[in-house]
Amino acid sequence: MSDDHVYMTLAEGHEDDSRWAFGTGFEDPLHGVDTAVPEGVDAAALAADCVALADDALVLAQRLAEWITRAPELEEEVALANIGLDLLGQARLLYSRAGQTDGTGRDEDAYAYFRDPADFRNVRLAELPREDFAFAVTRLLVLSAWRLEHFRRLTAHPDPVLAAVAAKGVKELTYHRQYAAEWVVRLGDGTPESHRRTRTALDRVAPYLGELFTACDVREEVVAVLRQVTEAAGLPMPAYRPLPGSGRDGEHTEHLAPLLAELQSVARAHPEATW
Amino acid sequence: MTTQSAQAPPPERLQEDFDATIAHDQRIEPRDWMPDGYRGTLVRQIAQHAHSEIIGMQPEGEWIGRAPSLRRKAILLAKVQDEAGHGLYLYSAAETLGTDRAELTQRLIEGRQKYSSIFNYPTLTFADVGVIGWLVDGAAICNQVPLCRSSYGPYARAMVRICKEESFHQRQGYELLMTMMRGTDAQREMVQDAVDRWWWPSLMMFGPPDDASPNSARSMAWKIKRHSNDELRRRFVDMTVPQAEKLGVTLPDPELRRNEQSGRYDFGTPDWDELTRVIKGDGPCNAERMRRRRSAHEDGAWVREAATAHAAKQAARARKEAAA
Repeated sequence: MSDDHVYMTLAEGHEDDSRWAFGTGFEDPLHGVDTAVPEGVDAAALAADCVALADDALVLAQRLAEWITRAPELEEEVALANIGLDLLGQARLLYSRAGQTDGTGRDEDAYAYFRDPADFRNVRLAELPREDFAFAVTRLLVLSAWRLEHFRRLTAHPDPVLAAVAAKGVKELTYHRQYAAEWVVRLGDGTPESHRRTRTALDRVAPYLGELFTACDVREEVVAVLRQVTEAAGLPMPAYRPLPGSGRDGEHTEHLAPLLAELQSVARAHPEATW
Repeated sequence: MTTQSAQAPPPERLQEDFDATIAHDQRIEPRDWMPDGYRGTLVRQIAQHAHSEIIGMQPEGEWIGRAPSLRRKAILLAKVQDEAGHGLYLYSAAETLGTDRAELTQRLIEGRQKYSSIFNYPTLTFADVGVIGWLVDGAAICNQVPLCRSSYGPYARAMVRICKEESFHQRQGYELLMTMMRGTDAQREMVQDAVDRWWWPSLMMFGPPDDASPNSARSMAWKIKRHSNDELRRRFVDMTVPQAEKLGVTLPDPELRRNEQSGRYDFGTPDWDELTRVIKGDGPCNAERMRRRRSAHEDGAWVREAATAHAAKQAARARKEAAA
């Protein structure tokens, strides 16, 4: 075995960049899928749907990445990063689809880095600050349960690209929901402190539930999941106290602007640069 | 097993078997007898390596939120995730020697165990992410590839996997720098500035010079370590200079030149006083790195306690059900 091999080959050409790090070997779910917008599909509406779903994923991924180096255990560092990576992957595909269909030809980074907060269409639950681990897994449970049902419906979408992205996402979201549900049960059942913190987290997410079901009416399925998990965790179901407004209409909390300011800072400081 | 241990061979015989295993370049495995010094040295080295992976997530992790393209963001997030994974394999390798992860984490947090001094330097621009991949991961690879042949089996096997992943990270860093060097003037300046700041600390990653490295000789005799600090440092310089030329950056060492006789590179002496200061805790970010690690550990205590309490309740419920 040559000690030096891995190092010596560095300056040689590497055309194949599919495996920059473990976990970034993105399989292309659009392989062999026709990217022309099918007849009868409203291209502008399709693009708007893609942007909204991409914004949800990007903003939540940004919040999950804030846990890196702050998670309670190394296994959680790995799991939260993994979920963040899945969501980033979904966002990238959806932004690309939006760029193909809204007539602008923009690439994924144009959507992520060069739009202002009022142009973002993510649901507000995704942008709320990081808080504690109980809030992290409670928010993740709600958003992944909702997004999973939403994606299941989208697998039958007349646009074959969106349908393919959704089909890939269903597998990922099933794992995200499972991970979050297991932690909510552990925390609800664990100690008086963890129980109290998880109740608080449920109260924090409750006002933002209504907005999700306006965006995609899968209330029945999501409520069934929440009922099952809270029951197993010995926690009360979150009460509905719907908040007016909706991130889908560009109405956001005060937390989105600072999140985007950080996300976009380097890209906007060097608009001419390539990375 | 029990009958064997009742008639354990005499200590001289155990030492002879151990020495023979080392001499024949065979692996020592967790159940084999080993001298206390060998076990202690390994625990110290593997733990220090595991801690370095975990603390090493911080300087780069700072840039995940600000990575300037979604592709770079995904690459960086995956890389930092890999580092957490490396920490996990290494803590597992240390556990085979009878010291568990919680104990080692406690020793880190109390400052009783060290991590690589390189992570006490700040990451000031996004170019630092590329330079850490190229130089810091590159130096780590030079140090670690020989450890794939370390005499302790679980450590050697963990290193095989880690080195494969590190080489992806290094390529990824170098490719980022190549892309930036083809970009704007501001990007090229950022790359050169990052190289200027990280070059000497990277050379220090190989440890003090051989004549000032107290544990090296014993580790080499035990084949835990395979090459001296100075030899590894020279190899790193020899391999890195052509890469710097191809990249178009200048390495900040006026004494660096090719030695026509040896075909290798002569280079200046790192500031060993700086290394000593940083190891002793007076580097630019020591306090910050430790504070972050400690607060993550303390903030997560209630989560770990909840998981333990839930597992105990589950087990009790299962026992009750079985009894009913």
